[in-house]
Amino acid sequence: MEHGDEHHRSTPLSHEKLAMWAFLGSECLLFGGLISTYMLYKNKLPEGTAISPGELFDIPFTSVTTFVLLMSSLTMVLSVSSITRGDLRRNRVWLLTTALLGAVFIGGQVYEFTAFYNEGAGFTTNLWSSAFFTLTGFHGVHVSIGIVMLMSLFIGNLTGRITKASAEKVEIIGLYWHFVDIVWIVIFTIVYLFPQ
Amino acid sequence: MTTASDSATVEDTVENDEEHEHISDWGYVKVALLLAVITALEVFTYFESVVDWGKALVPALLVMMVIKFGVVVAYFMHLKFDSQVFTRVFVAGLLFAIGVYLAMIMAFGFHPWEIFQE
Repeated sequence: MEHGDEHHRSTPLSHEKLAMWAFLGSECLLFGGLISTYMLYKNKLPEGTAISPGELFDIPFTSVTTFVLLMSSLTMVLSVSSITRGDLRRNRVWLLTTALLGAVFIGGQVYEFTAFYNEGAGFTTNLWSSAFFTLTGFHGVHVSIGIVMLMSLFIGNLTGRITKASAEKVEIIGLYWHFVDIVWIVIFTIVYLFPQ
Repeated sequence: MTTASDSATVEDTVENDEEHEHISDWGYVKVALLLAVITALEVFTYFESVVDWGKALVPALLVMMVIKFGVVVAYFMHLKFDSQVFTRVFVAGLLFAIGVYLAMIMAFGFHPWEIFQE
């Protein structure tokens, strides 16, 4: 944001950043609904269910994808730091690295979903599987949207539309990316690590 | 003509810019290392054959989750250094969500304290 714009604001705050924080606050309600629905249904498996969530989950594998998403938050914050300094080359590197780490996470999720389906747990198999796929699927969609936004920033950087003056745009998309990470922090604990 | 509010705006912006410089790239790496260590501890709890956490498992997982959540929000999302207004807006949404959904799951007969007895 250029300093010239600051004089026309009614408050000293960035309106765009405030809007993103308000959006993230409302996203808490979306994911809160999905997480609490999962908690309600996680023990409601029908009699005679062949496979329990505990047997399906591959914790070491999910731990690796969790670590990948966590590290993507580091590369994202480094991309914000580099654009703030006006280092466009490093900004490109970190944006691309963040998008690639996000893609690895999504690849892991597709692999996990396929493995669950092959084991007999589809979207409509039971209440637990419906709640699980809806929650983790919604999160995956958010990560995918984040990757698209990161790639648009990367292309903007290459074509000269993203410069030091537009550092706040990178920061705002970074806020979205970190939010996706903190949602996964909660999902990983409640869905995967809590006793089944 | 520069008014008092204009001066405050510019001063605030400069102050915010300075505050953003409080954490270096190496500082971010250290924060990420802390997050990685906590994640490793979380995963460690899964292997019951190594350590049986017993009834301390769920509280320990919740504490580690809250620490990771707070660290990412404070340092990576800059809430620790940014305007308090952003914190209030986000925390309002977060607390509202927690309140609404705790009430909802309890209305459906799920008691949150049961997770500590699993």
